[in-house]
Amino acid sequence: MSRIQSSPAALRGSVGALGGFAIVTLLTFVGLMAITFFIGRVIPIDPVLSVVGDRATQEQYDAARVAMGLDRPLAVQFLAYVGDVFQGNLGHSVSTNRPVAEDLARVFPATLEMATLGIIIGVGMGVPLGVWAAARQGTWIDHLIRVFALLGYSVPAFWLGLVGLVVFYAGLGWVSGPGRVDIFYEGVVEPRSGLMLVDSALAGDWDVFWNALDHLILPATILGFFSLAYIARMTRSFMLDQLGQEYITTARVKGVAEWRVIWTHGFRPIRVPLITVIGLSYAALLEGSVMIETVFSWPGIGNYLTVALLNADMNAVLGATLVIGAVFILINKLSDVLYRMLDPRSR
Amino acid sequence: MSQSPLLELENLRVSFPTPKGRVEVVKGLSFTLGRERLGIVGESGSGKSMTGRAILRLVRRPGQQDADKMTFDGIDLRRLSERRMRDLRGARISMIMQDPKFSLNPVMTIGEQIAEALRTHERLARRDVQARVLQMLEAVRINDPKRVMALYPHEVSGGMGQRIMIAMMLIPRPDLLIADEPTSALDVSVQAQVLDLIDELVRDKGMGLILISHDLNLVARYCDHILVMHAGQVVESCAASELHNATHPYTRGLLAAVPRMEETREELPVLDRSAWSGT
Repeated sequence: MSRIQSSPAALRGSVGALGGFAIVTLLTFVGLMAITFFIGRVIPIDPVLSVVGDRATQEQYDAARVAMGLDRPLAVQFLAYVGDVFQGNLGHSVSTNRPVAEDLARVFPATLEMATLGIIIGVGMGVPLGVWAAARQGTWIDHLIRVFALLGYSVPAFWLGLVGLVVFYAGLGWVSGPGRVDIFYEGVVEPRSGLMLVDSALAGDWDVFWNALDHLILPATILGFFSLAYIARMTRSFMLDQLGQEYITTARVKGVAEWRVIWTHGFRPIRVPLITVIGLSYAALLEGSVMIETVFSWPGIGNYLTVALLNADMNAVLGATLVIGAVFILINKLSDVLYRMLDPRSR
Repeated sequence: MSQSPLLELENLRVSFPTPKGRVEVVKGLSFTLGRERLGIVGESGSGKSMTGRAILRLVRRPGQQDADKMTFDGIDLRRLSERRMRDLRGARISMIMQDPKFSLNPVMTIGEQIAEALRTHERLARRDVQARVLQMLEAVRINDPKRVMALYPHEVSGGMGQRIMIAMMLIPRPDLLIADEPTSALDVSVQAQVLDLIDELVRDKGMGLILISHDLNLVARYCDHILVMHAGQVVESCAASELHNATHPYTRGLLAAVPRMEETREELPVLDRSAWSGT
């Protein structure tokens, strides 16, 4: 839609913008680290106690405390923490007895895979449904779509997950059950990206690929349904606002065909606010849906974080929070960039 | 050119539903238009804009329109399918909208928007479209049209926006142009420019013009015939030159409220509505 700017000045401008973008992102990330770190120190959980256990003697306790560096001033501890994080060291998890970074590298891709498929379903269906409802405002199609979207708002995730399993897995047998793959496919492909679909496709192992997709499709569809509800409602209301604008009448006066009035004149301007909506929905899905992950025994970040919280596993909690926060920052920045690309007024 | 009228309207009615039943905003409007310039004057809510939209069959739901007769160049507009009606819109009947700030699409370049008006109705090579757009922009006196084509509407002034609007609406060479308050959103200094431009283009191409405005003087200056609307009805219909002989008290009131250069009155009279509405 837009002309690519190619003059040297424009190029320098975008390089400068990119540099500014990187600095702002980095600063936000450091701020995020500060907040998670200090919250981690303030809450009444004793990280030493969760390591040594409550039967340790005072000497053992003190020794562990010094070994963990908790006797140093808070600022020093924070700097050490920042240094560790930038080296990819998120500490050791007491509940899994593995480095947190390793744990996250295992659980986050599982969530990423489900959330990505979920948001694709949510956008792929939610946006057209929202546009359709707005174009047919007040008709039965509009009402039907609104009721459908309202369901996505009000039905609890665990209920839909269980019913989905009962109907499509136990009853109809259309999809596979909980877990990422069937037990005999587990560990068959080498985890390169951690995304089961990508890894199996890279390995050319299509049996695993189809099995993983079979496992993924139901929870992803349910997640997608929830984001669809939000996306369709927002799309509809943005579209209604657009369709009442004068330039829509202008387009009709010109004799432009109705589908073009809706998609070119009505939809184009709402891509900008929609990006924010989609970005937020995606970020929310990436946080990991504890409900869905629990129902589907999905080894994702939501599950991991819950277990870590219940075990007072501070390093794991901080690490997972950091990853989720970083995802939020990244998606927000990304929608900012897209925003600027799509709206000529913000250039 | 045949002498058969361009547009014939008989008993046009436009109504909107309200909780208290349907309210008619246009109550039986009739006129015949040749390739001439007709002015429709009236206050806000008199139904003049709805008349313009009804001719294009663009009264938005839940509004409804019907007429005993609505023919354009011998075509019965009432019976035309929506598809055929679309072929007519822009190509043969076009409308200049009020405020370019709102009536131009903010995320499409000016060139794209003008080209769309042309491409909707004519199959042309990309180069020919470009040439026609440039030519049209020159016709509406836009300097450096190549540069302007790549601009977005927020990057141009109101007067320029309205000239772009005119270019967009005239590029498919319509036979009838409806101008709905084309200058109300513009500075006084550019109003005359824009109207002179419309006037010139309409005369050159021998088009019919319906100029909708609340400004009696303006309409008298640019039109051959004038309809004065009030509360959905035509209260006065006369040649522009005969306006000073108007008989209806509403028209007389409006005329009396217009200040003149050689003014001797201390105070301008306020429109006395009891004279005709009986309330």
